[in-house]
Amino acid sequence: MAEVTMTVNGRQVSRDVEARTLLVQFLREHLQMTGTHVGCDTSQCGACVVHVDGKSVKSCTMLAVQADGSAVTTIEGLASGDTLHPMQAAFNEHHALQCGFCTPGMVMSAVDLLQKNPSPSETEIRDWLEGNICRCTGYHNIIKAIRHAAGSAA
Amino acid sequence: MSKKLVGQPIRRREDFRFLRGEGRYVDDIRRAGELSAAFVRSPHAHAIVKSINADAARAAPGVVGVFTGADLAADNYGSIPCGWVVTDRNGEPHKAVPHYPMTRDRARYVGDQVAVVVAETDAEARDAAELVEVDYEALDAVIDLTTAMEAVQIHDEAPNNLCYDWELGDEAQVDAAFAKAHHVSKLELVNNRLIPSPMEPRAALAEYDNGTDSYTLWSTSQNPHMLRWMLCGNVTDIPETKLRVIAPDVGGGFGVKIYCYVEETVCLWAAKRVRRPVRWTADRTEACLADAHARDHLTRVEMALDEEGRFLGLKVHTIANLGAYLSNYATSIPTYFYATLLAGPYATPAIYANVHAVYTNTSPVDAYRGAGRPEAAYLLERIADIAAHDLGMDPVEIRRRNFIQPDQFPYETPVALTYDIGDYEASLDKALSMIDYDGFAARKEEAKARGKLRGIGLSSYIEACGVAPSSLISRFGAGAGLWESAEVRFNATGTVTVLTGTHAHGQGHETTFGQLVADALGVPYDDVEIVHGDTSQIPMGMGTYGSRSMAVGGSAIVKACDKVILKGRKIAAHLLEAAVDDITFSDGNFSVSGTDHSKTMAEVALAAYVPVDFPDDLEPGLDENAFYDPLNFTYPAGTHICEVEIDPDTGVTEIVDWVAVDDFGTVINPLIVEGQIHGGLAQGVGQAMLENGVYDHESGQLITGSFMDYCMPRADNLPSFRIGYTETACTHNPLGVKGCGEAGAIAAPPTLISAIANALDVTHIEMPATSEKVWRIAQNGAAAK
Repeated sequence: MAEVTMTVNGRQVSRDVEARTLLVQFLREHLQMTGTHVGCDTSQCGACVVHVDGKSVKSCTMLAVQADGSAVTTIEGLASGDTLHPMQAAFNEHHALQCGFCTPGMVMSAVDLLQKNPSPSETEIRDWLEGNICRCTGYHNIIKAIRHAAGSAA
Repeated sequence: MSKKLVGQPIRRREDFRFLRGEGRYVDDIRRAGELSAAFVRSPHAHAIVKSINADAARAAPGVVGVFTGADLAADNYGSIPCGWVVTDRNGEPHKAVPHYPMTRDRARYVGDQVAVVVAETDAEARDAAELVEVDYEALDAVIDLTTAMEAVQIHDEAPNNLCYDWELGDEAQVDAAFAKAHHVSKLELVNNRLIPSPMEPRAALAEYDNGTDSYTLWSTSQNPHMLRWMLCGNVTDIPETKLRVIAPDVGGGFGVKIYCYVEETVCLWAAKRVRRPVRWTADRTEACLADAHARDHLTRVEMALDEEGRFLGLKVHTIANLGAYLSNYATSIPTYFYATLLAGPYATPAIYANVHAVYTNTSPVDAYRGAGRPEAAYLLERIADIAAHDLGMDPVEIRRRNFIQPDQFPYETPVALTYDIGDYEASLDKALSMIDYDGFAARKEEAKARGKLRGIGLSSYIEACGVAPSSLISRFGAGAGLWESAEVRFNATGTVTVLTGTHAHGQGHETTFGQLVADALGVPYDDVEIVHGDTSQIPMGMGTYGSRSMAVGGSAIVKACDKVILKGRKIAAHLLEAAVDDITFSDGNFSVSGTDHSKTMAEVALAAYVPVDFPDDLEPGLDENAFYDPLNFTYPAGTHICEVEIDPDTGVTEIVDWVAVDDFGTVINPLIVEGQIHGGLAQGVGQAMLENGVYDHESGQLITGSFMDYCMPRADNLPSFRIGYTETACTHNPLGVKGCGEAGAIAAPPTLISAIANALDVTHIEMPATSEKVWRIAQNGAAAK
């Protein structure tokens, strides 16, 4: 067992975990924060994307011990009280989600994209999202939502 | 008059919980004292299970028990049923085979459940599952469809691995049409095997309450009542009164979550056995191995034509793969959801289909988005293109010439269906105009200058949705009716609770049904709550699939609203001291005709629960239940056209334009309908270009057992789509709706293959048209020139 301490959505947490515990398991099983999902186990689908020290990371591909001392933001920490983050609002406005399962990872990934590239083209958005799979929307409205959130829609 | 919500692009209210990470999926629900289950699965495609030694597993840390099929058999757990009896050409029922929750003697596909470990944690259960020693005697695997009927027998009950040899249509009439034909166009094609892959893997959590001898099962189900029915009516001797099935938020279904599965059945059993809640969540490899797969047909199609390109007769021979066991509706898919659609939008006078459905050592095959209808549309549209090529006609013209005309409805096809309404040429014309069909030649030249091969392709499809009229499908062999139920309940404070037997797993019912009810009852949208997915809350239901939720479930809600209004008129008549016949209802108000006397819906609702001076013949309460059984299927139809550009040096196909023109009848919420079209298109493009469920033909190993190998469509594989509508309202349901969930998945494969073949100047390319396949053809084409 190893003690892991990190800040999750601004709150410091410490838990004793097995060394093999993945960051996503730490969030879901140890902190009962179930907004972050597991969709594939092979780092393909991106349902588990969170931010670690400000960068998007697939939390199924990182051990909890590797995040020791880090600041983690999950989908639960994105909104400010009742006010949705602009990316969350854009996803609602443009119907960029259906079943909602890929949505947390998709939103977290999209937020990081705009941190790195505030005005991405449609091609740049599609390339960035290569690591986030959605089975419901055909991506059409996800692209639209991200372009609107970036203020770059035609 | 307040603004009507039906027809408006209302933003979804369910989004907020999903966007905040507050959705509640099965794996998010935790019960005190719960255990985890891990399955021991056969690594062999076909093997006799000689013995199972679980001693080491039982001694492992955290293990509470290790169980096999024999333990479930001892508690009277029987076979998981197939609910649709298909009658073969000789009048015999299909060869049914048992599918026990965990096999008792023989493993029949890689992933077949052999034993289960129940332990304190998921990690401990998985670790211990590795310690279970199973002694297998491996047998030859049956994988190849072309030889399945001559291969080693998989089930004692099914000689030659044949489930049925079935036919539909008049063979003699078709032969006569072929005898007088000017030309016969022919094609052999594969409809590739798909792994449906909703993003949320299947999961189950079962709990047993000893005090009441009752169970609760949380399941990733598209139809919780049907799951309860099968578990209680077929598999176990648990009464339906003692099993509550809850399907909470479900992360996509697409058909694969319709069925009763081994894993949830085992969790149910184990929860009582160990007297603690038992959970199981599939990992993605388990999903690939043991979810029901889809499609997987080998087909020979022949079309007889006259000199003008008119279709005279269609002959189809298909071998359909059912996998190792029969999933719940497996038998119906390559028959009554496939061959009945072989008229398509065309007035082909004679059609004959023969289907051999076979068992193989692969995962069971059942319905997935479109289910049979994509297979029918694909072969029809492929043969239409080839016929046009053979006769030197434009592919648009051959379709136009064969369309059923608007004045021919209702139109009885030669394959058991009667289309109520449609206008296929209107959709075709609109799509041609949207894509600027006449300008294609110039675009092709311009692409050529850039070194790209540009192609254009189209398909005109029809489908049967609004599943399904009980009387019709019972004649086809269905063991259940496919009505839907709804309850519309006013609460005393004037809010409305709507209980629907459909289930939303992405479709947005909480929004669209809310729009319907708010309009029908004249109450604020925010006062309407839609409840679904819980057998102890919803009186009855048949779930969501086959684009049935609005056409059947929505119609049931309308019917229940009508009953509420009728009851409300009686209450209003009492309150206003008028005759019921003099009370009219409009926009949320009950009025006495010709006066200014009226009561609001809220006042009537309150009075219903405070019935201080009600007469004897007026019941308190404002709460009505309705069942709706459709009179016919609905028949959405349309034309899709796409253009592709192929890089001959890499074989990469880029979809550069896509127009989808569909007739779904009345549209309740265009935002949601467009989302359904986009999603269906993505899955259809996936089938046509990327996805393929592959088993090794020797070993029977699943080669595509993860998202590393099974190629899911990603954002950079797809274009933005252009959507258009035509509208002929369905004639037989109160909303005029037809359903929109499956159109994209049906239209996309033939559209895209048509365009790729056009770009490569070949008549056909098998799905999936991967870059490698396309590159080889492009290179051969270049060499030939």
